[in-house]
Amino acid sequence: MIAGGLHTDDVRDLYRDLILDHARNPRHFGKLDHTTHSAEGINPLCGDKLKLYLDVDADETIKGAAFEGSGCAISVASASLLTDTVIGLRSDDAMAIFDAVTAQLSGGDAPGNTKVDLGKLRALAGVREYPTRVKCATLAWHALKSALRQDTAPASTE
Amino acid sequence: MTHAQPLTDAQSVVAACRADFPALDQDVNGHRLVYLDSAASAQQPAAVIDAIARYERHDHANVHRGVHTLSHRATDAYEGARETLRAFINAAGTTEVVFTSGTTESINLVAQSFCRPKLGPGDKVLITHLEHHANIVPWQLVCEQTGAELVVAPINDRGELELDALYALMDDAVRLLAVSHVSNALGTINPIKDIISEAHSRNIPVLVDGAQAVPHMKVDVRDLDCDFYAFSGHKMFGPTGTGVLYGKEALLDAMPPYQGGGDMILEVSFSGTTFNELPYKFEAGTPNISGVVGFGAAAKYLEDLGMQNVEAWENELLQYMTQQLAAIEGIRLIGTAAHKAGVQSFLVGDIHPHDLGTILDHQGVAIRTGHHCAMPVMEFFGVPGTARASLALYNNFDDIDRLVSALDKALEIFA
Repeated sequence: MIAGGLHTDDVRDLYRDLILDHARNPRHFGKLDHTTHSAEGINPLCGDKLKLYLDVDADETIKGAAFEGSGCAISVASASLLTDTVIGLRSDDAMAIFDAVTAQLSGGDAPGNTKVDLGKLRALAGVREYPTRVKCATLAWHALKSALRQDTAPASTE
Repeated sequence: MTHAQPLTDAQSVVAACRADFPALDQDVNGHRLVYLDSAASAQQPAAVIDAIARYERHDHANVHRGVHTLSHRATDAYEGARETLRAFINAAGTTEVVFTSGTTESINLVAQSFCRPKLGPGDKVLITHLEHHANIVPWQLVCEQTGAELVVAPINDRGELELDALYALMDDAVRLLAVSHVSNALGTINPIKDIISEAHSRNIPVLVDGAQAVPHMKVDVRDLDCDFYAFSGHKMFGPTGTGVLYGKEALLDAMPPYQGGGDMILEVSFSGTTFNELPYKFEAGTPNISGVVGFGAAAKYLEDLGMQNVEAWENELLQYMTQQLAAIEGIRLIGTAAHKAGVQSFLVGDIHPHDLGTILDHQGVAIRTGHHCAMPVMEFFGVPGTARASLALYNNFDDIDRLVSALDKALEIFA
């Protein structure tokens, strides 16, 4: 007999209360009255699709953020947490958070961003133990990067 | 909640075979593995694994080429597997059994070699809304290449073909009907013999995608009278990268080669090439010899068990699984056809299928989640994807109880 697989104690480490709360009651779900930047995120593997809207002012400050779409609890919670986090940040600082979040999810250190305080985004850390689900958690963040860079092609996790 | 009915003799024969599958004897995430993803790829019995290893250790050489002993042995093993597969589907001769890399290649072969030369604007290829992408995209490609039209027959909300509508679409312009025997996403068993008979009464040849039928029921291509029948080794307990295209000899004979290369020729000169006879005309290049040896061993394993026994056992399991799942609060069963093989797609409450898949995996229960390479079916039911539990001969009632308790756990987390 062989044994293998994941060794986390409980799947609740992935589905923490904060994640379930944001998945059930996503914050900033819908469109913005005024959108300056937007991007679509697609995960072709599982069909998750979301659209992220940003309102960035002349000082490069993100005044508003919202998202629409459908996906699993992880991708919806991650998008909800993202919008909560980036509102009020300068776009440079939002990109620093992008680096820190993607580093947290891939298990590495963020390049030069070790001082970024992830706050409640640390709730996403449980995803790291589930390699097939990391892309669900990063989907909205890739959309954020595309939106801020004003890429025209949809952000893809592939 | 456990199944208390005594097993019949036939059921006992099949139920005992679980021990033949080494991969099932393991813990995953601290729980005994419950494998309910056989419609994606089935596990292999030791008989298959050993046949491949024996071939690789003792008999490997190229086929149809050398005069030396190992080449003879390799050729005998490869052609022996062809005869086993011929008997498995009751084809008239081994000339009608073409080895391919799988169902997908088998269908592409027919699209490009049988259909493409005879299609043009005004012609139609008829498929159904139930099909796997492998029985959609090759026809889209050949229609784009030729200007022909792709026509899709509808399904109803139980996931059954609307037969009257299908027959009404069989007009003079249809050059081929391509239809699945069993739906991979929903498990619907189509009344394939009747459909073939209706198509033939209108002179329409029929390709059957049998990938999801051969692991579950006896398939007799001569009884069905299908023109082509495509299936894969890895869905029927053989290795990946193997498949069969069955075709009626007269049709295969008239078709041009699909790919050029070695093994498919009799004579090559720069002024031209004489193609080999059937089935070698369609097997260019050195084939997947060890894979085919394993594929043959899988067919022999099923023959020894008896497909009638397999079917009877799986019907019991499916009935039990359907009952147990239906009793879960907030479940939506997708695919409720009157005639089904061992597949059940479902959604639970508003839990996304991927979250279900992860929570079940955490309890050692392997299911498939997503669109199952059948996005039009998902669109029809208005869902982005489903969770799908699929059965094979090695599953048992305890597996289904474990599935249900894992789903209860998911409901508890998402309560």
